Amino acid sequence: MSDLIIFLTLLVIGYISGSIIEKKHFKSIIEREAQLRSIRVIGVKRVPERFNKVESQLVQGSVVISIDYFKKIAAGLRSFFGGRVSSYETLVERARREAILRMKQDAADWGAQAIFNQKIETASVSQGAKGQVGAVEVYAYGTALRSTKGGQP
Amino acid sequence: MPILTVTNVETVPGKTIVKHLGMVSGNTVRSKHVGRDMMAGFKNVFGGELKGYTELLNESREEATSRMTEQAEAVGANAVVNVRFSTSSVAAGASELFVYGTAVVVE
Repeated sequence: MSDLIIFLTLLVIGYISGSIIEKKHFKSIIEREAQLRSIRVIGVKRVPERFNKVESQLVQGSVVISIDYFKKIAAGLRSFFGGRVSSYETLVERARREAILRMKQDAADWGAQAIFNQKIETASVSQGAKGQVGAVEVYAYGTALRSTKGGQP
Repeated sequence: MPILTVTNVETVPGKTIVKHLGMVSGNTVRSKHVGRDMMAGFKNVFGGELKGYTELLNESREEATSRMTEQAEAVGANAVVNVRFSTSSVAAGASELFVYGTAVVVE
Protein backbone atom coordinates (compact mmCIF):
# COMPACT_ATOMS: atom_id res chain seq x y z
CA MET A 1 0.00 0.00 0.00
CA SER A 2 2.74 2.45 0.94
CA ASP A 3 4.50 1.58 -2.31
CA LEU A 4 1.43 2.62 -4.23
CA ILE A 5 1.26 5.90 -2.36
CA ILE A 6 4.91 6.65 -3.12
CA PHE A 7 4.35 5.75 -6.75
CA LEU A 8 1.31 8.00 -7.07
CA THR A 9 3.05 10.88 -5.28
CA LEU A 10 6.04 10.63 -7.61
CA LEU A 11 3.70 10.48 -10.58
CA VAL A 12 1.84 13.63 -9.52
CA ILE A 13 5.05 15.50 -8.65
CA GLY A 14 6.57 14.45 -11.96
CA TYR A 15 3.52 15.54 -13.90
CA ILE A 16 3.20 18.95 -12.23
CA SER A 17 6.86 19.95 -12.12
CA GLY A 18 7.56 18.37 -15.51
CA SER A 19 4.84 20.31 -17.28
CA ILE A 20 5.74 23.58 -15.55
CA ILE A 21 9.39 23.20 -16.53
CA GLU A 22 8.46 22.23 -20.06
CA LYS A 23 6.11 25.18 -20.54
CA LYS A 24 8.72 27.61 -19.19
CA HIS A 25 11.40 26.12 -21.37
CA PHE A 26 9.32 26.34 -24.55
CA LYS A 27 8.51 29.97 -23.76
CA SER A 28 12.16 30.88 -23.37
CA ILE A 29 13.10 28.90 -26.50
CA ILE A 30 10.57 30.82 -28.59
CA GLU A 31 11.78 34.15 -27.21
CA ARG A 32 15.43 33.44 -27.85
CA GLU A 33 14.73 32.03 -31.29
CA ALA A 34 13.15 35.36 -32.22
CA GLN A 35 16.22 37.21 -30.93
CA LEU A 36 18.71 35.10 -32.84
CA ARG A 37 16.82 34.94 -36.11
CA SER A 38 19.33 37.23 -37.83
CA ILE A 39 21.95 34.46 -37.89
CA ARG A 40 21.32 32.25 -40.87
CA VAL A 41 21.91 28.55 -40.42
CA ILE A 42 22.74 26.76 -43.66
CA GLY A 43 23.07 23.03 -43.99
CA VAL A 44 25.32 22.89 -47.04
CA LYS A 45 28.87 21.77 -46.83
CA ARG A 46 30.47 23.94 -49.47
CA VAL A 47 30.85 27.62 -48.72
CA PRO A 48 30.23 29.62 -51.93
CA GLU A 49 33.47 30.97 -53.32
CA ARG A 50 32.28 34.56 -53.49
CA PHE A 51 32.32 34.60 -49.69
CA ASN A 52 36.03 35.16 -49.72
CA LYS A 53 36.58 37.97 -47.24
CA VAL A 54 35.54 36.05 -44.18
CA GLU A 55 36.85 34.50 -41.02
CA SER A 56 35.57 31.19 -39.75
CA GLN A 57 35.39 29.29 -36.52
CA LEU A 58 33.74 26.19 -35.15
CA VAL A 59 30.74 26.97 -32.95
CA GLN A 60 28.87 24.53 -30.79
CA GLY A 61 26.07 24.09 -28.30
CA SER A 62 24.99 21.18 -26.20
CA VAL A 63 22.38 20.31 -23.64
CA VAL A 64 21.36 17.34 -21.52
CA ILE A 65 17.68 17.18 -20.60
CA SER A 66 16.19 14.71 -18.18
CA ILE A 67 12.84 12.99 -18.39
CA ASP A 68 10.43 13.32 -15.50
CA TYR A 69 8.71 10.50 -13.68
CA PHE A 70 5.37 10.97 -15.41
CA LYS A 71 6.93 10.88 -18.87
CA LYS A 72 8.80 7.73 -17.93
CA ILE A 73 5.63 5.92 -16.89
CA ALA A 74 3.62 7.26 -19.83
CA ALA A 75 6.30 6.07 -22.25
CA GLY A 76 6.43 2.70 -20.53
CA LEU A 77 2.68 2.30 -20.98
CA ARG A 78 2.93 3.47 -24.58
CA SER A 79 5.56 0.87 -25.39
CA PHE A 80 2.99 -1.73 -24.36
CA PHE A 81 0.43 -0.57 -26.92
CA GLY A 82 2.74 0.90 -29.55
CA GLY A 83 2.34 4.15 -31.42
CA ARG A 84 3.60 7.68 -31.02
CA VAL A 85 5.37 8.40 -27.77
CA SER A 86 4.45 12.06 -27.62
CA SER A 87 5.92 12.58 -24.15
CA TYR A 88 9.36 11.82 -25.55
CA GLU A 89 8.78 13.77 -28.76
CA THR A 90 8.49 17.05 -26.88
CA LEU A 91 11.53 16.17 -24.78
CA VAL A 92 13.78 15.59 -27.77
CA GLU A 93 12.40 18.63 -29.58
CA ARG A 94 13.18 20.81 -26.58
CA ALA A 95 16.70 19.46 -26.34
CA ARG A 96 17.37 19.95 -30.02
CA ARG A 97 16.06 23.49 -30.21
CA GLU A 98 17.98 24.39 -27.06
CA ALA A 99 21.24 22.99 -28.46
CA ILE A 100 20.78 24.89 -31.73
CA LEU A 101 20.06 28.06 -29.78
CA ARG A 102 23.20 27.66 -27.71
CA MET A 103 25.21 27.15 -30.87
CA LYS A 104 23.67 30.30 -32.37
CA GLN A 105 24.39 32.21 -29.18
CA ASP A 106 28.01 31.08 -29.37
CA ALA A 107 28.13 32.35 -32.96
CA ALA A 108 26.44 35.63 -32.04
CA ASP A 109 28.95 36.27 -29.25
CA TRP A 110 31.72 35.89 -31.76
CA GLY A 111 29.97 38.24 -34.22
CA ALA A 112 29.04 35.77 -36.92
CA GLN A 113 26.47 36.34 -39.65
CA ALA A 114 25.96 32.78 -40.79
CA ILE A 115 26.60 29.17 -39.82
CA PHE A 116 27.47 26.59 -42.47
CA ASN A 117 27.29 22.80 -42.41
CA GLN A 118 25.29 22.51 -39.24
CA LYS A 119 25.29 19.02 -37.78
CA ILE A 120 23.30 17.61 -34.91
CA GLU A 121 24.14 14.61 -32.80
CA THR A 122 21.75 12.99 -30.39
CA ALA A 123 22.77 10.51 -27.73
CA SER A 124 20.95 8.98 -24.83
CA VAL A 125 22.65 9.13 -21.46
CA SER A 126 20.55 6.34 -20.05
CA GLN A 127 23.28 3.78 -19.44
CA GLY A 128 24.13 5.15 -16.02
CA ALA A 129 24.73 3.12 -12.90
CA LYS A 130 21.92 0.58 -12.64
CA GLY A 131 20.36 2.05 -15.76
CA GLN A 132 18.60 4.61 -13.60
CA VAL A 133 19.35 7.84 -15.34
CA GLY A 134 17.13 8.71 -18.29
CA ALA A 135 18.27 11.71 -20.26
CA VAL A 136 18.94 12.83 -23.78
CA GLU A 137 21.96 14.76 -24.95
CA VAL A 138 21.94 16.87 -28.08
CA TYR A 139 25.06 18.41 -29.51
CA ALA A 140 24.90 20.90 -32.37
CA TYR A 141 27.91 22.24 -34.21
CA GLY A 142 28.79 24.12 -37.35
CA THR A 143 31.19 26.55 -38.95
CA ALA A 144 30.42 30.19 -38.20
CA LEU A 145 31.38 32.86 -40.70
CA ARG A 146 31.92 36.53 -40.08
CA SER A 147 32.96 39.08 -42.61
CA THR A 148 36.26 40.86 -42.26
CA LYS A 149 36.49 44.56 -43.07
CA GLY A 150 35.23 45.40 -46.53
CA GLY A 151 34.03 41.87 -47.08
CA GLN A 152 30.60 40.59 -47.80
CA PRO A 153 29.07 38.01 -45.49
CA MET B 1 51.63 31.95 -35.40
CA PRO B 2 47.95 32.83 -35.11
CA ILE B 3 45.63 30.46 -33.32
CA LEU B 4 44.59 27.37 -35.14
CA THR B 5 41.37 27.62 -37.13
CA VAL B 6 38.96 24.73 -36.75
CA THR B 7 36.07 24.29 -39.19
CA ASN B 8 33.74 21.49 -40.14
CA VAL B 9 33.50 22.43 -43.82
CA GLU B 10 35.93 21.17 -46.43
CA THR B 11 37.99 24.35 -46.59
CA VAL B 12 38.76 27.37 -44.51
CA PRO B 13 36.45 29.96 -46.10
CA GLY B 14 38.36 32.90 -47.51
CA LYS B 15 41.65 31.03 -47.59
CA THR B 16 43.26 28.42 -49.76
CA ILE B 17 44.72 25.15 -48.63
CA VAL B 18 48.34 24.82 -49.68
CA LYS B 19 49.24 21.57 -47.97
CA HIS B 20 47.47 18.56 -46.48
CA LEU B 21 49.07 16.94 -43.47
CA GLY B 22 46.78 13.99 -42.86
CA MET B 23 44.29 13.15 -40.20
CA VAL B 24 44.51 14.28 -36.60
CA SER B 25 42.31 13.11 -33.79
CA GLY B 26 41.73 13.46 -30.11
CA ASN B 27 39.69 11.47 -27.64
CA THR B 28 38.75 11.30 -24.01
CA VAL B 29 36.85 8.80 -21.91
CA ARG B 30 34.94 10.21 -19.00
CA SER B 31 32.79 8.77 -16.32
CA LYS B 32 30.47 10.70 -14.12
CA HIS B 33 30.96 10.61 -10.37
CA VAL B 34 28.49 9.21 -7.91
CA GLY B 35 27.27 12.54 -6.58
CA ARG B 36 26.33 13.73 -10.02
CA ASP B 37 24.58 10.47 -10.76
CA MET B 38 22.55 10.73 -7.60
CA MET B 39 21.53 14.27 -8.41
CA ALA B 40 20.60 13.15 -11.89
CA GLY B 41 18.49 10.33 -10.47
CA PHE B 42 16.75 12.92 -8.35
CA LYS B 43 16.20 15.16 -11.34
CA ASN B 44 14.67 12.23 -13.20
CA VAL B 45 11.57 12.66 -11.05
CA PHE B 46 11.13 16.38 -11.74
CA GLY B 47 12.47 16.71 -15.26
CA GLY B 48 14.51 19.61 -16.60
CA GLU B 49 18.07 20.18 -17.66
CA LEU B 50 20.91 18.18 -16.08
CA LYS B 51 23.43 21.03 -15.85
CA GLY B 52 26.10 18.83 -14.31
CA TYR B 53 26.02 16.49 -17.28
CA THR B 54 25.97 19.32 -19.78
CA GLU B 55 29.11 20.76 -18.17
CA LEU B 56 30.80 17.39 -17.97
CA LEU B 57 30.25 16.67 -21.64
CA ASN B 58 31.33 20.16 -22.64
CA GLU B 59 34.56 19.83 -20.66
CA SER B 60 35.26 16.45 -22.18
CA ARG B 61 34.65 17.75 -25.68
CA GLU B 62 36.94 20.70 -25.10
CA GLU B 63 39.64 18.36 -23.89
CA ALA B 64 39.29 16.09 -26.91
CA THR B 65 39.41 19.11 -29.21
CA SER B 66 42.51 20.50 -27.52
CA ARG B 67 44.25 17.13 -27.89
CA MET B 68 43.41 17.22 -31.57
CA THR B 69 44.70 20.76 -32.03
CA GLU B 70 47.90 19.94 -30.13
CA GLN B 71 48.49 17.11 -32.54
CA ALA B 72 47.82 19.41 -35.48
CA GLU B 73 50.27 22.00 -34.17
CA ALA B 74 52.87 19.30 -33.69
CA VAL B 75 52.75 18.42 -37.39
CA GLY B 76 52.97 22.10 -38.32
CA ALA B 77 49.39 22.79 -39.39
CA ASN B 78 47.63 26.09 -38.94
CA ALA B 79 44.08 24.82 -39.46
CA VAL B 80 41.98 21.70 -39.04
CA VAL B 81 39.16 21.20 -41.54
CA ASN B 82 36.30 18.74 -41.89
CA VAL B 83 36.04 18.14 -38.17
CA ARG B 84 33.60 15.48 -36.91
CA PHE B 85 32.50 14.58 -33.43
CA SER B 86 31.37 11.18 -32.29
CA THR B 87 30.20 9.83 -28.98
CA SER B 88 30.05 6.23 -27.87
CA SER B 89 29.52 4.56 -24.55
CA VAL B 90 32.33 2.13 -23.82
CA ALA B 91 31.10 0.84 -20.48
CA ALA B 92 28.24 1.45 -18.11
CA GLY B 93 28.64 4.96 -16.75
CA ALA B 94 31.52 5.95 -19.02
CA SER B 95 31.46 7.46 -22.45
CA GLU B 96 34.07 8.20 -25.03
CA LEU B 97 34.18 11.43 -26.98
CA PHE B 98 36.14 11.31 -30.17
CA VAL B 99 36.94 14.17 -32.50
CA TYR B 100 38.84 13.97 -35.77
CA GLY B 101 39.67 16.14 -38.73
CA THR B 102 42.24 16.87 -41.42
CA ALA B 103 45.24 19.00 -40.57
CA VAL B 104 46.11 21.50 -43.28
CA VAL B 105 48.23 24.54 -43.95
CA VAL B 106 46.25 27.49 -45.29
CA GLU B 107 47.22 30.85 -46.69
